[in-house]
Amino acid sequence: MSILSAPRSVPPEMPPDRVVPPSGFTAQLTVLAAAAMAFLAVFALALGSAAGRLAERWDAELARTATLRISAPPGQVEAQTEAALALLRTTPGVASARAMDAAEAQALLRPWFGPDLPVNLLPIPRLIEIATADTGFDAAGLRARLQAEVPGAVLDDHTRWRAPLIAAAGRLRFFGGLAVVLIALSMAAMVTLAAQVALAANERVIRVLRQVGASDRYIARAFVRRFTLRGLAGAVAGTAAGCLAVLFLPGDEAAGGFLAGLGFQGAGWALPLVVPPFAALVAWAATRIAAQRSLRAMT
Amino acid sequence: MIELRKVAYSYGGGELFAGVSLALQPGSFHFLTGPSGAGKTTLMRLLTAELLPTQGEVSLFGQATDAMSRDDVAGARRRIGFVHQDCQFLDHLTLAENVMLPLAVAGRQPEAQGNIAELLAWVGLLKQADRRPPSLSGGERQRAALARAVIGSPEVVLADEPTGNIDWEMSQRLLTLLAELNRMGRTVLVATHDLNLIRAARALVPARSLRLAQGRLVAAGADL
Repeated sequence: MSILSAPRSVPPEMPPDRVVPPSGFTAQLTVLAAAAMAFLAVFALALGSAAGRLAERWDAELARTATLRISAPPGQVEAQTEAALALLRTTPGVASARAMDAAEAQALLRPWFGPDLPVNLLPIPRLIEIATADTGFDAAGLRARLQAEVPGAVLDDHTRWRAPLIAAAGRLRFFGGLAVVLIALSMAAMVTLAAQVALAANERVIRVLRQVGASDRYIARAFVRRFTLRGLAGAVAGTAAGCLAVLFLPGDEAAGGFLAGLGFQGAGWALPLVVPPFAALVAWAATRIAAQRSLRAMT
Repeated sequence: MIELRKVAYSYGGGELFAGVSLALQPGSFHFLTGPSGAGKTTLMRLLTAELLPTQGEVSLFGQATDAMSRDDVAGARRRIGFVHQDCQFLDHLTLAENVMLPLAVAGRQPEAQGNIAELLAWVGLLKQADRRPPSLSGGERQRAALARAVIGSPEVVLADEPTGNIDWEMSQRLLTLLAELNRMGRTVLVATHDLNLIRAARALVPARSLRLAQGRLVAAGADL
């Protein structure tokens, strides 16, 4: 029987990307770029996630409290305070109201005036801390009643503090998202560059493949598979390193609760898991476009 | 099957050859000879659409090469086995993988296993199957190139100076394989300056000889 008509059986499969030489600095560049970008993407996601939590926390905490300031002549402060407390007790949506004593006022002012401030000798307004019920209260209505019954009272429902803080947190979240987009674009640019360099460096390989009948689609697929796998491997490593780094960042307690902890909480830890497949997708698309363009240009 | 009609090829302002017409009919066997620099390799490259003629038309399996898409060219090349003068292997692959390459790129890799061992045994390279091409001798590389050219059972086999780096005994074995291919209905064109090979072939196969010289392709016969 001729060797050309011999019975044939199944051989060990040769993966398509094996036709691309495995070594070269483009391999390391792609893995390194993917790892670095994934690491940064994890931080950007952590920032976005923390900003979201921060906005929610500020919104919730500030919305739950209000402050009433009594600025009255020394002889009328106590009477107006009592009148205000009585009025607040009958106001729907107010869970509780409490006048702060001199020690608490001193503690509030200590950061600015030091511990030796003689609070009793200064005309400091009396402060009433209001805790609101879940339903909230009618601030405009309360202001009208206070104006009539407690003329020295000024209600601060924290709206003017809350709005810019929430806006700032929203902007932080937006910049976190923007950073992820920019990181993806940077990675795409680096992978494109690496793929173009690899294609140019492997012009001889491409010529041989074409001579044995490989279509440009097959050749592109080989390069795309190789770079996608490299991008995925780098991104897995970068994501793991990023998650470890985020894990060891100061938490809520260390940040005094103010920063809400830069990181992920609960189900939020699933968010970094999207980074490796997303990086692989970016590498796939970037290499595909680069390969198609380069192969078209190669005669 | 493969046809050249009044083909000319020029480069660097000079004409290498002109008015070349040739039809490779199914099952035919041709030798292409001529002095070095006459354009034999260029003519072979025109036959695989690696180059396009500056004048005239090259037709592969009924399609003019200058009107073929890249996919058409790839498809046509899968029907042609080519033994290159310089072999052209992928150095990071093993010898067996290089030989399998035409089947791999055509998605016919499952056909390779049984064939590859027998094929490598026939060209005397079974023990070298896992070696890389740079570690092979010139003769071994040439034999491997031949194995790669025929593994896909192509309709046409083109060989450009296939015996340039191999001894006479291996040349005879190569010729025997090419003759066997031809008897199986394959079309064969061998470019060679080895007139002894052409003379030896007369006993094996009815071959037509062509000479490319001074820019023209002419039939060669008794003078060889």
